[in-house]
Amino acid sequence: MESVTVAVLSAAVTVGTPILYATLGELFAERAGVLNLGVEGMMLVGAVSGFMATVHTGNHWLGILVAMAAGCLVALIHAFLTVSLGVNQVVSGLALTIFGTGLSGYLGKDMVGIPSPSPFSSLNLGFLSHIPYIGQILFQHDAMVYLTYLLVPLCWYFLNHTASGLDLRAAGENPGATDAAGLDVGRIRYAAVIFGGAMAGVGGAYLSLVYAPAWLENMTAGRGWIAVALVIFAIWDPFRAMLGAYLFGGIEALGFRLQAIGITMSPFVLSMLPYLFTIIALILITYGSRKNHVGAPAALGLAYEREER
Amino acid sequence: MRSKKLAIALALTLMLSIGLTGCSKATNPSSQAPAKLKVAFIYVGPVGDAGWTYAQDQGRKYLVDHVSGIETTYLENVPEADGEKVADQLVAQGNKVIFATSFGYMDGILASAKKHPDVIFLHCSGVKTADNVGTYFGREYQARYLTGIVAGKTTKSNQIGYVAAFPIPECVRGINAFTLGVRSVNPNAVVKVVWTNTWLDPAKEKDAGLSLAEQGCDVLAQHQDSPAVVQAAEEKGIHALGYDSDMSKYAPNAYLTGPVWNWGPYFVKTVQAVKDGTWKTNAYWGPMSDGVIDIAPFYHVPTDVQTLANEKKQLLLSGKWDVFTGPIKDQQGAVKVKDGASLTDNEMLSLDWFVQGVQGTIPKTQ
Repeated sequence: MESVTVAVLSAAVTVGTPILYATLGELFAERAGVLNLGVEGMMLVGAVSGFMATVHTGNHWLGILVAMAAGCLVALIHAFLTVSLGVNQVVSGLALTIFGTGLSGYLGKDMVGIPSPSPFSSLNLGFLSHIPYIGQILFQHDAMVYLTYLLVPLCWYFLNHTASGLDLRAAGENPGATDAAGLDVGRIRYAAVIFGGAMAGVGGAYLSLVYAPAWLENMTAGRGWIAVALVIFAIWDPFRAMLGAYLFGGIEALGFRLQAIGITMSPFVLSMLPYLFTIIALILITYGSRKNHVGAPAALGLAYEREER
Repeated sequence: MRSKKLAIALALTLMLSIGLTGCSKATNPSSQAPAKLKVAFIYVGPVGDAGWTYAQDQGRKYLVDHVSGIETTYLENVPEADGEKVADQLVAQGNKVIFATSFGYMDGILASAKKHPDVIFLHCSGVKTADNVGTYFGREYQARYLTGIVAGKTTKSNQIGYVAAFPIPECVRGINAFTLGVRSVNPNAVVKVVWTNTWLDPAKEKDAGLSLAEQGCDVLAQHQDSPAVVQAAEEKGIHALGYDSDMSKYAPNAYLTGPVWNWGPYFVKTVQAVKDGTWKTNAYWGPMSDGVIDIAPFYHVPTDVQTLANEKKQLLLSGKWDVFTGPIKDQQGAVKVKDGASLTDNEMLSLDWFVQGVQGTIPKTQ
C-alpha cells in the first residue's frame, strides 16, 4: 500500500504538470480581467508547433520555446479582439479553442506517426532525488516539472509583492481607477493574455514533447478546460493552482492504480471524479466567497473602454 | 461604435476559423474519364504515417496498384456526424463505390445509400447492412492470440498488463484472445486489465501503462490508438505490444510486435467484384487467411518463440482451428466453451465475460 501511495503521488505531479502550466497562464490573464476560454486551443497549437520544431531541429528546448511563441501568437488574437476591440470575451475564447483545434490538426497532418527525435528524460537531482518518499514523489521527474517548482513561487511573488503585479491586479479589479492612475490598462491586459498563451503553449508541449512524445490530433483531450476550472478552484492563487493541478492528476493516477491492484470500481465513476470534484470545489468556493468577499477579480470578463466609463 | 467593432471582430474570427480549419483534401479531382470506376474513401483522421487511417490508406494504395481502370479519391478528417453530407457529395462527383472507414458514419451512410441505390457503400466495423451497404472488419482476435504467445514467453514476472479503451465486445474479445495465447504457452501468467475509457488520450494511456508497470507487469499490451503505452514500457525498461501499425520506432527497445491491419486484399476483392457485377451485400469479417489482419515483424523475440507463434499462425491460416475453441473457462473457473465446441460469430461479437487468467472486471455499460 505504501508503494502504491508513493506511486500515486509521484504520478500526480507529472499528470498535473501540463495542467499546472496552463492554469498559471490563465490565472494571470484572469487576474488582469481577461477571461480566455481558448486555453484548449492554445495548448494544442503549442503542442503541435513545439513538436514540429523538435522534429526539424532535434532540440527539445527549442521545441518548448517555439511552443511558447506559438501560444503567444494565438493569445494575441484573443487580446486584440477582447482588449482592442472590446469583443465579448466568452465568444472570442470559444472561437479561439475551435480555431486552435483546427489549426493544430492542419499543421500537424504530416507529424502523425513520427517519433520525437529528442524526448526529455528524467533528471536526477542528486541527494534530493534520494530523500525517502519526498525524493520519489517530487524529485524523480524531468526538467519541465522542476521548472514549475520555481515558476509557482515566482508567479505568486510577482502578483503579490511587486509593483507590476499590483498593476496587473488593479487592471482586473478596477480598470477605471488603474487608468486614472496613469497606467495603460490595455497594455497590461495584452501582456497578461500573451503570458497566458505562452504558458498554455508550454502546457501543450509538455504533453507532446515530454510526457508522451508524439503528435496526435486533439491530444490535450480537454485539459485546457480543466485549467480554466482550476483557476476558479484556486481562487486565483498560484499555490492553490498547484495544489489543484496535483489533486486532479492524483485522482486520475489513483483511478488506474486502483484498477491495477484489483480494486473494483467503475471506471466511469473514476473518470468522472476529477470533474465532479471541480464542480464541488466551485460550489464551496462560491459559497465561501459570498461571505468573505474573496472571489473573482471584480472586472473579470468586462471590456474596458475609457469613453464608456 | 461598439457594435461596429464587434461586427469586425466577429467577421475576422469567422474568417480565420473557416479559412484555417478546412483541411480535407481530394486527389484526382473529377476528370473526364467515364470508363473508369470511381472509388472514394472517407477517413475520420489524417493519413499521417501511422495508425488507423494510415492503415486504411495503405489499403487504398494497394487497390490502385492491383486493380486497373479505377480512379480513387479520399477525404481526410471527415467528422463522423458529416457522413451523409460527404457521401452525397461524393456520389454527386460520380463515385460508384464508397468506403466509409469509421464506425460513427453508420447512420449517415445508410441514409445516403437509401437515396442512391446505384452506388455501393462499404462501412468499416459497422453492424447494419442494406442492399447496397456492406460492412467489413477483420478477425483481429486471431492476431491478438499470436501476440499473446509472444507475451507469455517473454514475461519473467508472469504478470502482463493490458491497457484497453472501452469495455465493449471488441476490446473484451481482444483481451480474451490475447490471454488464451498467453496461457497456451505459460499457464502461470496473468493478464491485468486497466480501462482508460478513451480511444485517444496519450497522457492517460501512458499513465495507465505506468500504473501496470508499477504493479510488476513486465510486458504491456494495448488496445488504443496512440503509441503512449509502448512509450511507457520503453521508459520503464520493459516490453510492449503495439496496435494498428508497426510502433517499433516509438520504442526501439521495448516493442516486440503487435496486430496490424492490412486492408488492401479486401479492397481489391470488393472493387473487383463490383467491376464484374458480382458484388452482393454482406457483412464481411475477414480472417487472417484473407490477409486483412496480421502481426507486425518481430523485434527482440527469440527465434524459438517466433517459430511457436508462426506455427499457430499457420494453423489459423489453414482454417482448421480458431482461437475460441474449447475447453475455455471463465474467471471463476466455470467451463464456458466445452471441449471440441467453439464460439459462434454472434457469441464472439457480444462477448461480455473474461476467460481464466484475466485479472480485472468488465464494468457494466447499462
